[in-house]
Amino acid sequence: MERKMVCISCPLGCRLTVTWEDENDIAVKGNKCAKGESYAQEEILAPKRVVTATVRAATGAVRRLPVKTNLPMLKGYIPALLNRIYKLELRPPIVRGQVLLKNIEGTGVDLVATRNLKKV
Amino acid sequence: MIEKHYDAVVFGGGSAGLAAAVRIAGQGCSVAVLERENELGGILNQCIHNGFGIQRFKEDLTGPEYAERFIEMVEELDNVSIFLETTALEVTHGTPHSVFAYSKRYGVIKIECRAIVLAMGCRERNRGNIGIPGTRPAGVFTAGLAQRLINIDGYIPGRRAVILGSGDIGLIMARRLTWVGVEVLGVIEIQGYPSGLTRNIVQCLNDFNIPLYLSHTLSEIRGKDRVTGVTVTPLQDGKTVTAKSFDLDCDTILLSVGLIPDNELSRKFGVSLNPETGGPFVDAGLMSSVPGVFACGNVLHVHDLVDYVSEESERCASFVVEYLNGTYNPLLHHPIVSGANVKYVIPNKYLPGMTNRFYLRSLIVKNKAELVISLEGEPLKRKNLAHVQPSEMVSFSLDEQDLSRGSESREKKLEVSIY
Repeated sequence: MERKMVCISCPLGCRLTVTWEDENDIAVKGNKCAKGESYAQEEILAPKRVVTATVRAATGAVRRLPVKTNLPMLKGYIPALLNRIYKLELRPPIVRGQVLLKNIEGTGVDLVATRNLKKV
Repeated sequence: MIEKHYDAVVFGGGSAGLAAAVRIAGQGCSVAVLERENELGGILNQCIHNGFGIQRFKEDLTGPEYAERFIEMVEELDNVSIFLETTALEVTHGTPHSVFAYSKRYGVIKIECRAIVLAMGCRERNRGNIGIPGTRPAGVFTAGLAQRLINIDGYIPGRRAVILGSGDIGLIMARRLTWVGVEVLGVIEIQGYPSGLTRNIVQCLNDFNIPLYLSHTLSEIRGKDRVTGVTVTPLQDGKTVTAKSFDLDCDTILLSVGLIPDNELSRKFGVSLNPETGGPFVDAGLMSSVPGVFACGNVLHVHDLVDYVSEESERCASFVVEYLNGTYNPLLHHPIVSGANVKYVIPNKYLPGMTNRFYLRSLIVKNKAELVISLEGEPLKRKNLAHVQPSEMVSFSLDEQDLSRGSESREKKLEVSIY
C-alpha cells in the first residue's frame, strides 16, 4: 500500500510518501526529521483528532456551550460522538473543564466544557 | 451625561484589549475597557476549535478557554472598569483626550484619559469588497458570520456549501460545517497555493475529502431568493479559462477572503494609517501618529496566532505605562522599513538601547530563506528561516548589541529583506 500525506508537525509541511506491506513495516520517505516518521506511523495505524463542538444550553447566559475532548480521539469514533454531543442539554452552573461525558466508549477520552455557563 | 476619568482607555475587550488592560492595570494605572458586545473575549468566543495558546501557555486550548484565562485576570484587578455594550463614537485628542461613547446602560458617556489603546481587531472582507458577478440571493455569508451563527447563536446556515478562499477561518468552517451535517462541496482559492495553515488543510479538508480548487475563481452566483448554485472557473496565467468552467449546486456560500483592521474610528480622529497593513503607523513603542494613542493586535496588523496578539499587546501596554509616567521619548526612535520580498514590518520604528521585537510578512514562498537586516546596505544581522510563506508571520528581535553596530553611522534607517 502507498499513501501520500503532508506532515503537520511543523510549518515546513514535508510531503511524505508512506509505503507499507503490513502494519509492522511502514516506510516513510520525504520527511526532513524524525517527527515526520512518527506522524506518518500514527496517521496510518491510529489517526486521532481533538473534537470540538457546542452543546445546547437549556438556560444560562449563552445558548450554546462550547466543548472539546480532553485528548485526541480515534477518528472512527468521531461521528457517533458528535451525535451524542448534539443530544446533550446542559443546565447552569457548569465550570470550564467540567467533565460532561466520561471515558467515551471505553477510549479513556472525556468530553469537557471549554467555558463557564453561569446562571442568568 | 456621565463623566469619568481614567489613566488609559482601551477600545475593545478581545484578546488584544484584555492583555493590554491587564498589563496597564497591573502597573498601578487605572483603565477603562470599552466593549461593543455583551461579554468580553471578542472573536475568541466563537472560535471553539483548539490550537490556541501553544506558544503562550504551552497548552493546546480552544478560543473560549484562552479568552476566559484573560477575562479572569482582568476581573481580579480593582483598577479596571469594564463597560459592556459600549461603543466609542468620537475622540477629541489633547491633554487630556476626551472619549465620547454610547453605552446601553449609561447612555452617552464622556471619558477623560491621558492614553488610549486601539484594540478593535479586524473585520472580514465581504462580497462587496471582491465583486463576484451574479444575482444577489440570500445564502452568501462571510465565514466568520457563519461561525458565529453556528457556535454562538445555534443556527445552521444551509445544507450544501461552497467556500471561497482558503484562509484559516474558511478551512475551520469547512470542518465545522461537515460536523454539523452540512455538505461542503469544495474550497475555491484564486492563488496557486493555500492561504491558510497547512495543519488546517490536512485536518479540515483532507480528513473529509473536501476538494481544494487552487487557481480557481467563482465566476457566477446563481439563484433568485436563495443561492441555487455557483460557476467555478480555472485560471491560467491569471486569466480565466471559461471553456473549463463547471457548476456546483449549493444553497450556501462562505467567503473567507481576508481581514481588514477596523480603523474607521482611528481614521476619524486623525491617526495616520499604513496602506500595507491597514493599521496605524506606529513607533517602537507601538504609539501611533497621535501622541498618547497606541495600537495592538489585529487593529494594527492581522496576526495568524492569538499568542502573538497577547505578546504584542502586553509589550504595547508597557510603553503605555512609560507614557503615563512621563518617561516615553518618541524622538529617540528611528525608522525600519521593508526591503526585498517583505510585505511589511511592524513596528515601523526601533529604539536603540533595548531589545526590539518585530513581526513581518513575506511576499514569497521559499524553503531555507534568509532574513537580512541592513543599514545603508551593510547587513547588521542575519537569520536563517526554514520556510517562509505569506500566510505565516515571521518574528525577529534586534537587541542592544545588534543595534550598537550601527550606532556610529549617521544614517539610522534599517531595511529588512528576505532572500
